[in-house]
Order: sequence, then C-alpha cells, then structure tokens
Amino acid sequence: MDFINGESLLALCAGENMTISQAMLHREMTLGETTREAVYEKLARSIQIMKDSTHDPIENPVPSMGGLLGGESKAVWQSAFGAKSAQPALCGTTLSKAIAYAMAVLEVNASMGLIVAAPTAGSSGVIPGTILSICEDYGLGEDAIYEGILNASAVGYIIMRNASVSGAEAGCQAEVGAASAMAASAAAQLLGGSPQVCLQAASLALSNLLGLVCDPIAGLVESPCQSRNAIGVSNAFTSAQLALAGVKHPIPFDEMVDAMYKVGLSLPFELRETALGGCAGTPTGCQLCSSCMK
Amino acid sequence: MNYTSIFDVIGPNMIGPSSSHTAGAVSIALMARKLFQEEIVKVEFTLYGSFAKTYRGHGTDRALLGGILGFAPDDVRIRDAFSIAEQQGLEFSFTEDHTTSGLHPNTADIVMHNGKGRTQFVRGVSVGGGRMKIVKINSIDVDFTGEYSTLIVKQSDKPGVVAHIASCLAERQVNIAFMRLYREARGETAYTIIESDHYIPPEIIDSINSHEHIHKTLVIQV
Repeated sequence: MDFINGESLLALCAGENMTISQAMLHREMTLGETTREAVYEKLARSIQIMKDSTHDPIENPVPSMGGLLGGESKAVWQSAFGAKSAQPALCGTTLSKAIAYAMAVLEVNASMGLIVAAPTAGSSGVIPGTILSICEDYGLGEDAIYEGILNASAVGYIIMRNASVSGAEAGCQAEVGAASAMAASAAAQLLGGSPQVCLQAASLALSNLLGLVCDPIAGLVESPCQSRNAIGVSNAFTSAQLALAGVKHPIPFDEMVDAMYKVGLSLPFELRETALGGCAGTPTGCQLCSSCMK
Repeated sequence: MNYTSIFDVIGPNMIGPSSSHTAGAVSIALMARKLFQEEIVKVEFTLYGSFAKTYRGHGTDRALLGGILGFAPDDVRIRDAFSIAEQQGLEFSFTEDHTTSGLHPNTADIVMHNGKGRTQFVRGVSVGGGRMKIVKINSIDVDFTGEYSTLIVKQSDKPGVVAHIASCLAERQVNIAFMRLYREARGETAYTIIESDHYIPPEIIDSINSHEHIHKTLVIQV
C-alpha cells in the first residue's frame, strides 16, 4: 500500500476503488503501523490550529516580529464582507474568504503564533485557506476537512519525495507552488473530482507558478510571502475549476513535478531565499532590511 | 520514521515564523536541555551564519531560550520566553559570531551551567523543515537527530565497552537502527550513540552503567 508518484497513486486509486484521501490514509496506516482513529486524532489537532490561525488575526491583528505585517487579513475581510465596505468582494465570496484566511495564517506565523507548516511555514496559509473556505461555503461538514487535508498531503508527499518543497533549494514555486498544487487537488476532490481530475488540477497549479522566486524582504517570512499565499489560494481555485471543467494540462503531474524541480535548481542563488534578489534586492527592500534588523 | 508521513507534509505544528530558524532552533535547545539533565541556571548561546544575521526577525533567540525552558516547538509560550526566563531566574546571553567559517549556516552553540560548577557545551544545526541535528557535545563531534529513540553512552575508549552495550540491548530485544562511536582521542572519553525505531526501556540504563568503563547513560525517547 505505497505509491511513489502520481502514476502509481492513480493506479492504486483505480485498483482499490479509492479516493486519493483514502489511499493516503491507508498508506499511513500501513507504513506507520497505526490506525485510522490515531491518524484522525492527530489531524484533529492540526485542523484546530488551522481554524484558529485562519480566524484570530481577522479579529485581533498583531504586528509581526519584523514589522512588515499586521492587519492585512482584517483589511481584506472588511473590504470584502464589511457592512460599510464600499468595495464588492471582487473575487467572489468563497475566494475572498480563502484569501483572507490564507493571509491571516501568515500574520500568525510572522508574530510567533502557532501554525501548521503545510508544507512549509512560508506557504502555511494556502491549504487551510482553500480547504476551510470551501468546506464552510459549500456546507461540506467536518469530515470533508479531513478528506481535503489527506488529499493535499498525498500530493505534497509526492512533491517532497520527487522534487522539493524548500524555497532555499527550489524557490517559492516549490513552497507556495507546491502548497497551491496540493490545495488545488484537495479542492477538486471536495467538489467531486476523480483522482485524475485532482492531479490535473495539481499539474495546472504547479505549471502556473513555475519559476516563482523566493525573495523574502530582510530574509523574513513576511513580505512578499503573505501576498504570495493569497496568489497560491487564487491559483488553487482557478486550477481546480479548470480541471473540474475537463481542461487538461498536456503535461502529466509527474513530469510537471520534475520540471518544477529542474527549474528550481536552475534558479540563481540570489533568488532562493537568500534575500539578495527579487523584492529583497530592490533599493526599498534593502532599506527595509536594515530597519527590520534593529 | 523511515517514510514520509502525512504529518511530515502537513506539519510540523510549530510556532512561526520559520521552520529552520524558529522550530529547528527550539528542537536544538530542547535536546541540549535533555542532554544536560540538570537544572539550568545560566545559558549562553552563540549564533553563526544566517542565525547570527536574522535571529531577531525570526525569533531564533526566543526559540532557543524556549527550548532551554523545556518548551516544545508548538508551545505558545515561546513568544514570551524572555520574560518567563527572567521570572524563573534563568540567566541568558546571546553572542553573534559573524567570523567563524566552515559551519552550517544555521548553527547554534549552547553552554549550559547548573550553578554548581558543572557546564556542558552542545552544538546543533538546523537542517530545514524544523529538523535538526546535534553535531558536538563538549569537545566531541557527534551526529544524531533525536528523531529516533536515542541511547547516548559516555564511556572510556576501552575494549569490550561496545560489546557490553550491545548485549544489554539484545537482552531487552531493542533493535538498533543506527549505531555510531565517537571519541576524543585513543583511550580518552568516547560516546556511543544508538538510535532505535522502538521504545528503549529506561531500566537499560542501570545495566549499561554496571560496566566499569561507562561513565553515564542517557535515554531520549521519541
């Protein structure tokens, strides 16, 4: 009961008539010599942390350690849903909510609050933002949250196994890109997509963010990380929508994972979390760097 | 632990902002505390490389201190580690080392004092994703992660010591995943570090310690 890539995952799902979530759960039970109940108990804690970290800063914003973040998720929430807001929820209600949630998690993270790295701390908003907003707005219930996370973890495991989810190794495309692919696959399953559709969504999501650099201002997990998480969510929604509509990416998931890794390794050193290039390397970025260090 | 679990992907649950600069730092210090096994009244940290450069914005200092206070990487008290340490009368200091070269970029040295003359040096490296390894204890180079149940034996570098340790483990049916031996110099202090996939019964400590050339045995469970 193991799989090593998208192809073997799809074969397993087809052979056992399982969803991706079920395949991942059974893999964990087999390799980890554990039970469904034990896995669900551990997931319950992860989900509680996700719920708290998507909501807390919308109600009580806290400034970040480096001072670059604080209050953004609340601003987005009020702009989209506030009674007095002059602006419409341009992204629609579910996506606007997902974006606010994802940005909230980054605020919690940057102020030394408790988050679930999913798959990393810098990309920790994408999966809870996507899954929680969809489950709430589509009335899918608590079980669906577990399913979504199990599905996302299967895709994430494959990317970790065959490529990387480290910004220092392969850029933001490996962090937010991977998180977005994981979330796209989860979203597709939650809305009734088959395992094939899920991996189509993941493939589309990865390809859309291919080449995205990791350029944190002052080397801190604050900016542009937070708005990249908003993009990770938007990309997950778009990719899931496309895949559910039957739009296929010509490149299969496994080849896309490989492509992402190769692009990542060919990114210059300055654009892989060293805070030397991209946003971090701009005159303003450098200026912020010296003020954040004080 | 030899497969990528759901919780390696969706996890760790951690205090932000960085798995390498915050969560990994907590784990290094928490392991140092376990290795010291005594009340710590004073602790000195030296930070190298990226740790030295970005520790304030990443809260690496609070994370290290939190680990010394016994907090796990997901403990919300880490943010308040400075004030908690002050309340407990734990003295602490941080030194930035920007000149030493050849170390992993995320390296921290920790010197712990019990206030009665005993001190211990531990060097840890945060290797990414919240994972760490301990690379030095006092003057001896070592290499272990704390991801397995770990048996650490401090001994004299004499014949028969390792055979004795192995037989104690065999008697209790403990399977060895990894085993390494490190020494200061021939005949001097040495460490045997054994990692196992399974629980190591703590009673094993007494039987290992019964050997004349063994100074101290420590078990750290996962």
